[in-house]
Amino acid sequence: MANYQDYMLFDKLPHTWCAGCGHGIILQAIAGALAQQELDKHDVALVSGIGCFGRVDDYLDLNCMHVTHGRALPAATGIALANPNLKVLVTMGDGDSTTIGGNHLIHCARRNVNLTAVIANNYNYGQTGGQYSATTPSGSITSTSVYGHIEPGFDICSLAAAAGASFVGRSTPYNPVQIRNLIQQGMQTEGFALIEILDTCPTHYGRLNKFGDAGHMLEKVHKMTVPVERAEKMTAEELEGLFLTGVLVNKPREDYYTRYQKIIDRLCTEENA
Amino acid sequence: MDKKYRILIQEKNCKQCGICSYLCPKEVLAQSVGECPTVVNPGACIGCRLCAMRCPDFAIEVEVVQE
Repeated sequence: MANYQDYMLFDKLPHTWCAGCGHGIILQAIAGALAQQELDKHDVALVSGIGCFGRVDDYLDLNCMHVTHGRALPAATGIALANPNLKVLVTMGDGDSTTIGGNHLIHCARRNVNLTAVIANNYNYGQTGGQYSATTPSGSITSTSVYGHIEPGFDICSLAAAAGASFVGRSTPYNPVQIRNLIQQGMQTEGFALIEILDTCPTHYGRLNKFGDAGHMLEKVHKMTVPVERAEKMTAEELEGLFLTGVLVNKPREDYYTRYQKIIDRLCTEENA
Repeated sequence: MDKKYRILIQEKNCKQCGICSYLCPKEVLAQSVGECPTVVNPGACIGCRLCAMRCPDFAIEVEVVQE
């Protein structure tokens, strides 16, 4: 049986992320999901954007592409259409996926391109000093919203679901096994799969919003969530301010490549007739 | 016979974040601020491997030593 270590580049460690950053936990879960499926390294392509979580590709022994800020999804779309046999993984942060690349995210979900997006949402731009992003919750403190953020944050999962994603899941680094299983399920679903991880940034967001040290922040973020199965029995008042975790959408539909190929096949038949 | 586990800590990769010792369900690991964790109660380990999976720095491994 394959082990997550088979997909890692251990000689690159220790990694660049801060102490207690949840990105390392997600990295291990990504490698674990590949090991669980016993995938050949050459059957997987990973595309990452800019940002703390864009550094994931440095530590994985896969065919990787590190592209410009917010453009990981267009590059991954190209890969998925050029070689439909590849399993395409896209790793992005909240700045990459919803703030700068927000338009690409909704259109990728609408087109239903066959790829899996893993989004580490740590509610701020960690790499550049903790500025607010499109997912920063209203009222929270960042280095560019020192009196409390005025805007409400995006709910990435609802955004992707409304845009037509085949599979949407959410987890936190408190539950690494759940992240691993969601990524595996997403990769096996036809069409666009999105897995959002409510991540921890103890250096910037956690420190300014009094989440405490890494362990406390991990626990507090976990307490902000409720499993989707349990939420069904709860009232709207009880669910106020809580994020749902688990499989939120699982409606596979025909992906972009399949539909494109059908047109090619139809036109070829008509031409030969 | 109950399984016994050995916890290996790679101090080279550890950034002393404290996640493993804070979230260990059996208080097997202890840690003071600014130091790497130490295994203080190895007999209590149930082999859940949550410390290894939650370690952001790939610094912990849990091995089965006796079945």
